[in-house]
Amino acid sequence: MLRTNLTHVLSKDDHAKLLQENENVMICCGRMGPMCIPVYESMEELENEYTNIKFADMEFDTQDAEVIRNLPECSSFRGLPFVVYYKNGKVVKATSSIQSRDQITEILDENFEKVSV
Amino acid sequence: MNNHFDVIVIGAGAAGLTAGIYLSRAKVSTLILNEGAVGGQMVLTHEIANYPGVENISGYELARIMKTQAQKFGCVIKSNLKITSMTLEEKTKKIEVNNKDIYTSNAVIIATGGKSRTIGAIGEDRFKGKGISYCATCDGDFFQDKEIIVVGGGNSALEEAVSLTKYASKVTVIHQFDHFQALQHYVEEAENNSKIDFIMESKIVEFIGDEKLTSVKIQNVDTQEITEKQIDGVFIFIGYVPNTENLEGIVELNQWKEIIVDKNMITNIPGVFAAGDSIQKKYRQVTTAVADGTVAALSASEYINEFKKELSLVNAV
Repeated sequence: MLRTNLTHVLSKDDHAKLLQENENVMICCGRMGPMCIPVYESMEELENEYTNIKFADMEFDTQDAEVIRNLPECSSFRGLPFVVYYKNGKVVKATSSIQSRDQITEILDENFEKVSV
Repeated sequence: MNNHFDVIVIGAGAAGLTAGIYLSRAKVSTLILNEGAVGGQMVLTHEIANYPGVENISGYELARIMKTQAQKFGCVIKSNLKITSMTLEEKTKKIEVNNKDIYTSNAVIIATGGKSRTIGAIGEDRFKGKGISYCATCDGDFFQDKEIIVVGGGNSALEEAVSLTKYASKVTVIHQFDHFQALQHYVEEAENNSKIDFIMESKIVEFIGDEKLTSVKIQNVDTQEITEKQIDGVFIFIGYVPNTENLEGIVELNQWKEIIVDKNMITNIPGVFAAGDSIQKKYRQVTTAVADGTVAALSASEYINEFKKELSLVNAV
């Protein structure tokens, strides 16, 4: 399990349930590595600002992470982490490699409505 | 929350966190403002095996411990923010964050660190994570039995070139000079590896592909001749640049945009100190950043004591 304070997606069933129960979802699929950690950190902080989005992580090297790894939107990706944004269960955006908090915020604002506490 | 502190440290890498630990432990109220993730370049290191007293630790774990240590002494840390303006020349230093929050202090320590140097060639941004990588241990396994290029001629470039032969079928090292800057044993190890080829006195001028990187244009710096090479991935290790863009015209920098400090980490502005990878120095290690952070904190502490003494004298009159 990844050492973050995010919701952990541990299986394909978890993944399906998460998408079923939440309209807006961001999943960071990675390892505890240098390109992934800054993304988890940004997500942990943004979780308080975007209450209408579910922020989660998934361990890249698990068998069940193929639900992310094998997405057509990730077919050209060659860098960790794979970050996927879902709206109503559909992929609306996917990115590869490290992203800054500003880049993530831009994607969230573009694809989801911001609802703060 | 009170927005005034004795010292504001800009940057939460090894130097900034060390300064935070020393200052807070000395009861100097300290705020660390950090633009990226806590840990700086340290978290980019998978394994640190030369930090005295710790046999083996990941950069992430060492950064996490330093952060907890600083917070335990009362240091306030705010990360992942954007510093939008700085007034450092006045006695009271003023730093604006995210175009709205203003923090003030009597002293500032700049520990903004550095970032990986990019080539700046056409297509580099576009293919980041789609064939271009800056981290061999993160992304090496995406290139199993593929042909890749490593750009650079220093220790990191040659060490990672050898390490990437675990995955890649062939590694071509491209370097802009006719000799390597790396230590001899790194050069020998790379030269003795049958999977590694070298293209010297050359640079990549363009990254080409559709969804992902498929080829690069390589220019010989001597003849200017350009050739195209089919490739699956490119790993770039061409050193670091200091994060001092926002300091130009404010603090004295050298020709490489590194902050000029004296042996006590004092800059040209009273009350402004600097430490870590953003200063002018030869060796950039976690240990040297920690040492710089310590010296800067002790100097800032002394400055704050003098400042308060002066202030109490003025108030007494």
